[in-house]
Amino acid sequence: MVQKNRLKRSDFIFVESGDAFQPFQYSVGMEGSRFFAEIRDHKKFLGLRCPSCRKVYVPPRKICGPCFKTMEEWVEVGPMGTLSAFTILRFPFIDPETGEKKPVPYGYGFILLDGASTQFQHFLKVDPDWPPSIGIRVKPVFAEDRQGKLSDILHFEAA
Amino acid sequence: MESVAIIGVGQTAFSPNRKDQTYADLVYEATAAALSDARLSIANIDNIVTASNDFFDGRTISSMAVGDACGAAFGGGKSISTVEGDGTFAAFYGLSRILSGNYDTTLVVAHSKSSEGDLRLLTNAFFDPLTERLLGLDWVSSAALQARVFLREKNIGNIECGNVIVKNRANGAKNPKAHLRKPLTIDEALRSPLLASPLKETDVCPSSDGAAAIILASKSFAQKKSERPIWVRGVGLCADAPLGERNLAESKALRLAAHQAYQMAGIDNPTAQVDLVELSEQFSYQELLWLEELNYRNLSRVNLSGGCLSAHAWIVSGLVRIIEASLQLRGQASNQISNARRAVAHGQYGLCGQSHSVWVLES
Amino acid sequence: MKRTAIVGCGQTDHSGNRFDVTGIELIHEAVSRALADADLTLADIDGVVIGNMDHFEGINGVELWSISGNGGILKPTIKLTTGGTTGSTLAIGGYHLTASGLFNKLLVIGWEKNSESDTTGAITTAFDPVWDRLVFAGAISGLAVEASAYMKKFGVTEKDAARAVIRDRKHAVKNPHAHLRREVTIEEVLRAPLLSDPIKALDICPRTDGACAVIFANEDYAEKICPKPAWILGAANRHPYAYLGDVEWYPLKSLALASQELYAKLGIKEPLKEINLMELYTPYSFANLSWIEALGLAKPGEGAKLIWEGVTDAGGTLPINLSGGVLSTNPIGATGLIRAAECAHQIMGRAGERQAPEVKKALSTGFGGCFWSDILIYGSEKPS
Repeated sequence: MVQKNRLKRSDFIFVESGDAFQPFQYSVGMEGSRFFAEIRDHKKFLGLRCPSCRKVYVPPRKICGPCFKTMEEWVEVGPMGTLSAFTILRFPFIDPETGEKKPVPYGYGFILLDGASTQFQHFLKVDPDWPPSIGIRVKPVFAEDRQGKLSDILHFEAA
Repeated sequence: MESVAIIGVGQTAFSPNRKDQTYADLVYEATAAALSDARLSIANIDNIVTASNDFFDGRTISSMAVGDACGAAFGGGKSISTVEGDGTFAAFYGLSRILSGNYDTTLVVAHSKSSEGDLRLLTNAFFDPLTERLLGLDWVSSAALQARVFLREKNIGNIECGNVIVKNRANGAKNPKAHLRKPLTIDEALRSPLLASPLKETDVCPSSDGAAAIILASKSFAQKKSERPIWVRGVGLCADAPLGERNLAESKALRLAAHQAYQMAGIDNPTAQVDLVELSEQFSYQELLWLEELNYRNLSRVNLSGGCLSAHAWIVSGLVRIIEASLQLRGQASNQISNARRAVAHGQYGLCGQSHSVWVLES
Repeated sequence: MKRTAIVGCGQTDHSGNRFDVTGIELIHEAVSRALADADLTLADIDGVVIGNMDHFEGINGVELWSISGNGGILKPTIKLTTGGTTGSTLAIGGYHLTASGLFNKLLVIGWEKNSESDTTGAITTAFDPVWDRLVFAGAISGLAVEASAYMKKFGVTEKDAARAVIRDRKHAVKNPHAHLRREVTIEEVLRAPLLSDPIKALDICPRTDGACAVIFANEDYAEKICPKPAWILGAANRHPYAYLGDVEWYPLKSLALASQELYAKLGIKEPLKEINLMELYTPYSFANLSWIEALGLAKPGEGAKLIWEGVTDAGGTLPINLSGGVLSTNPIGATGLIRAAECAHQIMGRAGERQAPEVKKALSTGFGGCFWSDILIYGSEKPS
């Protein structure tokens, strides 16, 4: 007689992927490279203006999607900005960049830098004496040792 | 099948490392080239199908990054979808969107950058994590298994494979878009170092960065707007079982895909009725294997562009075959033959050609 | 060009951890049930379309890896993937491919085994490695940000959102396939641990292992297979953003534009009155308020009113998420396709205990990527 296979929960075997990972060398492209160099060397933010709709894109990229036009006109934006939306992250998760648990809680903000049309996202300093709210003015705090990447900016905080 | 036409084609140059460009930038370059070729603007495109692979791009939903670059956001946005697989599969879905009666013009665009990730690890991820991955096989070492089985069963030697390499590299030298543009002698081909026996370095296609785009159009749109439409007369698509569960010396999937496409196009003697073939051969032996299943005997009319042995970016390569075949039919190819009226273009995906698509195109 | 319909659907027993099966077996479970539902065998099927999100299981080329379970051997096999919208993208693909006449009977499969990886980590890799990944924290963080903007704009409260949660969770009790089948109260939702302000643990969808398979057939076969097929009246979508920072937080523009396009095409002027049932990809509580405004069911800021009035509850004029919705079940690559399957089974009269009376028109959505939307509308009558 054929018996139906049944296993108890504890009988199941799992295969762990272990430390397997796939390293990448992502291109930042010409526009992104210039943006990061400017942050690194001068602590300044650059955006690109669309020749058609005049929107200023931060982070800068080659194409204005809605107009499908290439952009070449560089514009300095910020460093001051306005908080347009935010949350405070409180749940633990694995940071895919490091494989480690990300330290929580942390503030996650969308900042409309002065002169920009799109929002720049970054960490938001969460201060019990200063609960963030939509519409407040914020400023960036830069790292001392800057290497041309997003973490050259430590976070934004109340201006 | 109702007629659908290819009315615009565009591709980037293929090179080992386009560090200056993100893959979205490459997609824009190919899209802009295809639009310009078709003498259309993005406003004329009513839907988009992109082809990408999250592993090769090192990013989940990697299609997200190319939306702006292919017009997905234009004027409030267009209908868009993404096929993961060879660009010819995306073209197949794009074709069906027109045949469904919902759309007139589909932009199909494919990209990948071999330079950003490690293809050995990324193709090892095609294998089952429980049973196969630990063996460390990748796209080259698994192809070595296929080469061994196929060459032995068909009694094919190094010279025949060497001749494929020499022919394709000579053709590639004439193609300004190709990655490898230096011809190779038969001695050089035969003496190159072994990678995974029996495969030598020169048996394997290069790993390139690049993007390609085509514009498909309904019959009525093509007749109104295109001066030189290339008509899709037949198309077939078919997948097979994984590596350990099929005979690697043959490809039933390709045979079935070809049968379907030939039948739609009314072809019963491909060698006599098809003027040229653009084939997706990642390895020299694959050209011989795929041609058996395509039942095509005229080797000198195969891969006039240089084929994948001259330039190969995963996901993109099949779409380049459609583009190169179309250029031949338009009389505008870099290595133009006379009187090209009917062509076959072929795409493949997976390990050792697990899935294939076959296109019959006419001027 | 052919009219096309859904003629059979199958879902797995969705749960938080299907460790009793591999991914391939999970897919096979859904496929077998869909074939049984349509009374077909695999030999009747002339192509397979499948989708998921690669990095959730860490398998490249899922359509080829799973081919022995998905039925695609020696058939055309295509993978579609667009993130959270994968399932609805699959349904739209099934519609186009059968309407093209290239396929008569097509098997469409969405699946995910979320238990096999860290979902938040995997979703985070969906976003730009250079610009987004440092600070982004998966779907919850992006949605929390949207909620913060919506609350500020209209004074909507966490209690309003909780009312939408208890609706979906109550509906799920009658769905044998649902992952979470326990009713919750408004107080429970409000007291649940805070994850990312203002989202609490019960405001957000679960992580589910599950698969869904749907069989599409064109007009030459549909009525022979199914006495009351669910005809596809149309589909539309918008994926207009590539960068999260470009998103305008209100209204959900992609859904507003896609639904306007489809309503215009089908001559629908008052969706609230003309559509009998909706299955919405609303992965968190506030979406059940804000996004129905984008769908034209309520004026800006008035979604909550509709929810509180019970209009969208079982027995209301326009029941939403009778399946329990995404807040009860979320195997990501399958989620949008489950919405399609639920609409189809409602039209076929096969929705069991959760069956609504006389469904003539139903609507499903998909959500994902960078605030992208897909939409399909189904009808009980064969389109002219």
